[in-house]
Order: sequence, then C-alpha cells, then structure tokens
Amino acid sequence: MIELNPFVIFIASIFTNNMILSNFLGMCSFIAVSSDIKTSLGLGEAVTFVLTFTTILNYFIYYNVLVPLNLEYLRFIVFIITIAAFVQLVEMIVERYLPNLYYALGIFLPLITVNCAILGVSLFMVIREYTLLQSIGFSLGSGMGWTIAIVALAGIKQRLKRASVPKGLEGPGITIIVIGLMALAFVGFSGIVQIQ
Amino acid sequence: MAGDSPKKIFILGLWKDNPVFRQIIGICSALAVTNLMLNSLIMGLGLIFVTAFSELTISIIRTITPKHIRMMVQVLIISVFVIIVDIFLKAYYPEMSKALGPYVGLIITNCIIMGRCEAYAQKNPPLSSFLDGIASGAGYTLVLLTIAFVRELLGFGTIFGVKVLGDWWTNWTIMIMPPGAFFVLAVVIWIARSISSEDKEKEKEAVKA
Repeated sequence: MIELNPFVIFIASIFTNNMILSNFLGMCSFIAVSSDIKTSLGLGEAVTFVLTFTTILNYFIYYNVLVPLNLEYLRFIVFIITIAAFVQLVEMIVERYLPNLYYALGIFLPLITVNCAILGVSLFMVIREYTLLQSIGFSLGSGMGWTIAIVALAGIKQRLKRASVPKGLEGPGITIIVIGLMALAFVGFSGIVQIQ
Repeated sequence: MAGDSPKKIFILGLWKDNPVFRQIIGICSALAVTNLMLNSLIMGLGLIFVTAFSELTISIIRTITPKHIRMMVQVLIISVFVIIVDIFLKAYYPEMSKALGPYVGLIITNCIIMGRCEAYAQKNPPLSSFLDGIASGAGYTLVLLTIAFVRELLGFGTIFGVKVLGDWWTNWTIMIMPPGAFFVLAVVIWIARSISSEDKEKEKEAVKA
C-alpha cells in the first residue's frame, strides 16, 4: 500500500470518499433527522466528536490488545462495546456539566451508538491498515464530511416542503433522489485525491 | 400470547411491513452491496441468518433479561451471530469476504435487526420470532436483489456475472457508482408506495360498498 499523508486522507474523506455519498454509511439518522439545519448541525458535531474519539480508542484497543492476543475476530463485538460505552460516558458528562447542551441534543446522543458510520470508520481503519495519524485524519474528515452532507440535505429539504411531488414519491422517495443528486455532484470532486 | 400464524408473519415481512421501502431502515448496506447480484445475495443470506437467530435467542431469554440492560444484551447477541457469519465467509468464501469489506460487520448496526428484536422478539414466543426474523430478512433480500438486478444489468450488462446483453450494449457506468444506487432505490420506493396507496384506496372503496 502507498503511504498516504494523513492530510490527504482527511481531504479525501470529506470530498471524494464521503461517508454517506460514496460509502452509504449513517443513512438512517441522515434521512430521519435532516429536517432542520440547526439540529442537523448539532447531530453532525456530535457524530464528528464521537467518531474521532472512538476511532482513536479502537485503534489502541485493536493494536495493543486484540492483535497481541490473536483475537482479531472479536473486533466487531469489542468495537461496538467501546462505542456504546463512550457514548454513555459522554452522555453522563454532558448531562452533569453542560445541561443546556444535553437537552438540545436530546435523543441524538444515544442514537449515535447505532450510527453505522461510526462502526464503519473503525472497521475501514482496520481493513485499510491505517497508522494512528492516518486514522485521526480519516475519522476527523469522515465526521466533517458527514456533517456537511447532512446540513446541505437539511437546507434542500426545507425548500422541498413547498414543492409538489408525485404521491408515491413523497417523503423518503424524494429525499433519496435528492441524496442521489448530491452524490452526483460529489462525484465531480473525484480526481482531486483518491484513497482506497 | 400465542403468536401470529406463519402466513401472516411472512405477508407482513415481505410486503406490508417491508423494512426497506416501508420503514426505510437498514438501507446503508442495501445501497453499498447492490452493484452485483451475487454480493447482494450473500449479504441477504447473512442478514436472514443473523436476524432469525438473534430474534430466536432474544425471545428465549426475554423473560429473564433485565429491562434496562436489554439493548446491551441485544447488541451482544447480534454481534455473536455476525462474528459467526464473518468467520464462515472468511473460511469458505474469502473473495466474497473481501468484496463485502466492512459491510458484513456493519450488519450489527443494521437497524432492521435491532428494530425487529425490540419490536417483535421482545414480546413474542421463540418460534414466531424466528419466523419473523426470516420474513423481515427475506423482505430485505428481495429488495436488495431487485436493486442489484437493475444496477448490474445496466451497469455491466450481466446477471450473476453472466453476460446477458450483447456487444451492442454500452454500460451505464453511473449505475455502478453511488448515485445510481440512490436513484434505483428511490424508484423502487416510488413504485412500491404507489401500489400500496392504490391498495389502500381499494380497501376504502370496499368498506364503503
């Protein structure tokens, strides 16, 4: 594998390898929560934060605990426990020290546990054999790419409310078409940098 | 509770409550693996296996699971079955395992399984839960195969890797790229929802008459 600069990975995971638009990860909350720009931004920030820290945690757990013990196949179970535990911890800290933020985030924090983008980034990190710095660039970029996509979708959806859409296509149907168009636009970025 | 009849469970899982186009859940993997029909089939079978056995297990232990840790228990049970699928694929179909990449592991976070475990297996007897798992999994697989059929046919001119369209066919590269996945899924949802809204209107008319 060619050694990639962490910064290149960071840029690539925002634009050319966007988590949603080219890897299809984190779609459920992406479609469900994207009706308002402000909440979308809040969720995006929370996802970026959790994503970055769990990826770093999982990196250390995978290479310092699982690999020496030959327990690589347990990674699914270990990663998901790390993510769930981390989200729980963040929830408790936020509730204790930043109650305003806690109420603003509401249901989103626990929802993050089942956001496939977060587990996906940890799994990609292992499959692509990233180093620590590369993993940090990758997770930060993925989180930011996810945030940009959800905020953009929320903006478009606010306009869509006034459009008349064929009956069977209302709701999720038209949303997915819009996401498809966004993906098409992001294909335009390909060629800047490429990671595999 | 006696549980529902198998026929009813299957109608619900395959059509009325179809996880993909009715409830719009679990679509991450529905999009990622549908560029080839073979990938979709393997993914679908894996999901049926995991859903069915997770629901069975959760239903068996539902009376002794403490309420407040049930999510954690569910995630652990699901992970165990996903690990089984992953090891199985690695051992017998290493190429398939590579092609699916992280998406096998992502079965854990597939909302269909969590959703069915929480909504169905928690309240129903083991056998119905097992069938419900198979039915929802089959509903998911069916949609996956439909999407994959369109994408593979238009994108590569092949079905299950066999060339069906002749040399005159120009591949639609867009179909195997991410945007194609979104468009095909949207069309599938559109068709399915249009049919079902017609069904509802017929039912209403029948009630009136």
